[in-house]
Amino acid sequence: MDTQAYREIAWNGIWKQNCGIVQILGLCPILAISTNIVNAVSLGLATILVMAMANLVIAALRNFIPYEIRIPVFILIIAALVTVVDLAFNAYLHELYLVLGIFIPLIVTNCIVLARVEAFAAKNEPGGSTVDGIAMGIGLTLVLAVLGAMREVVGSGTLLSGIDMLIPGAQPIVLFGADYPGFLIAILPPGAFIALGCLIAGRNWIEARKQARARANPPAPSAPADAPAEPA
Amino acid sequence: MSEPTALGLSARTGGVMVAFTIVFTALMAFTYGATKDQIDASAAEEKMKLISEVLPPASYDNLLLDDYAALGPTRELGLDNGGRVYRARQAGQPAALILETTAPDGYSGRIDLIVAVRADGSVSGVRAVTQRETPGLGDYIDPKKDKDKKAPWITQFTGLEAARLPQCKVKKDGGDIAYHTGATISARAVTNAVARAARYAADNQNRLFAAPSGSTL
Repeated sequence: MDTQAYREIAWNGIWKQNCGIVQILGLCPILAISTNIVNAVSLGLATILVMAMANLVIAALRNFIPYEIRIPVFILIIAALVTVVDLAFNAYLHELYLVLGIFIPLIVTNCIVLARVEAFAAKNEPGGSTVDGIAMGIGLTLVLAVLGAMREVVGSGTLLSGIDMLIPGAQPIVLFGADYPGFLIAILPPGAFIALGCLIAGRNWIEARKQARARANPPAPSAPADAPAEPA
Repeated sequence: MSEPTALGLSARTGGVMVAFTIVFTALMAFTYGATKDQIDASAAEEKMKLISEVLPPASYDNLLLDDYAALGPTRELGLDNGGRVYRARQAGQPAALILETTAPDGYSGRIDLIVAVRADGSVSGVRAVTQRETPGLGDYIDPKKDKDKKAPWITQFTGLEAARLPQCKVKKDGGDIAYHTGATISARAVTNAVARAARYAADNQNRLFAAPSGSTL
């Protein structure tokens, strides 16, 4: 695989097929965890790690997995990897585990991991698959970070609360003063749906504008048309 | 190559599945074995850190984590599945009890607490161990989430004297404990659980301190 192909995979994961706002996969952890930016990014980082590992291992083993039983084998491998990561973090990176620990088991329930394994790693080489896992994870982390920031600012009037868990001594930013009464719906699940809806709308708007501009100035015939990404 | 029979296909895929299961179970078992000691040490360290927040380490001189009595299901402490009471002693004399207790009536389910009660009946300190109260609203019962970093809500229980325990209720219920408007339920659940634990410790003090270490009451 050449650099161009890797770049293609990375762009797919981060923008064109972003699992949060295009494929709309893994809503359960996205909505549950994005109440503030620190939690959201922490879950994103843990997901990047697990997705890269799952894609790498399954791409490496893909020729040994019979097609008929691939899904149970994938689930077995993902669950085993998550357990190993969970135990290793708990034992050797205990400080980090205290922050990320509760998120790692949640990743097993995340259908993004299984979706990327089935759609990409089962058919591609380990190198490209690892890049795909990392890119998809980064795409998800960006969505989580924006969502977490939106909900935290509106809901609690702060930014980066809990940052002292990652960087001891760091202070969260208080935006509206200590007596900000909070806006509860932003913190509760309905707020997550509304904020995610705004993000999806925003992305669609950018894509639609890009297409309209492409129609207004037709590209040179040699350039390939940029097909709009279909939600999965 | 001929088309495989149904039986042959089943045997082959079944065999592959079993092989994968064995390999990955072995991987997990190996990791578990390799990390267990380290994880246990970290958990004990974490527990001591939490205990040191409710009871100053200078007020006892025994090995706290080894000196405990196990409780069966105890309704007074909200423990459906039992829990532990750690006994702090100073020069062999009872100093304080550290009780695991649960407030069953939090806004989002159970709130697990540790409550340290000194031998004179006063509350030494309280911390939430696990809680799922609404983020930004009821979660101020956990000092890590409390926006008031100088005097977190839960420090109201620190050094609460035995004589004031009858007033260990939230102000809405006629007691002394302040709470945040709009999030009474979390505060009330914790406050009542602390009062119950303090009363239980006072009523059962002799029995709890006398029980042999590691025994089940």
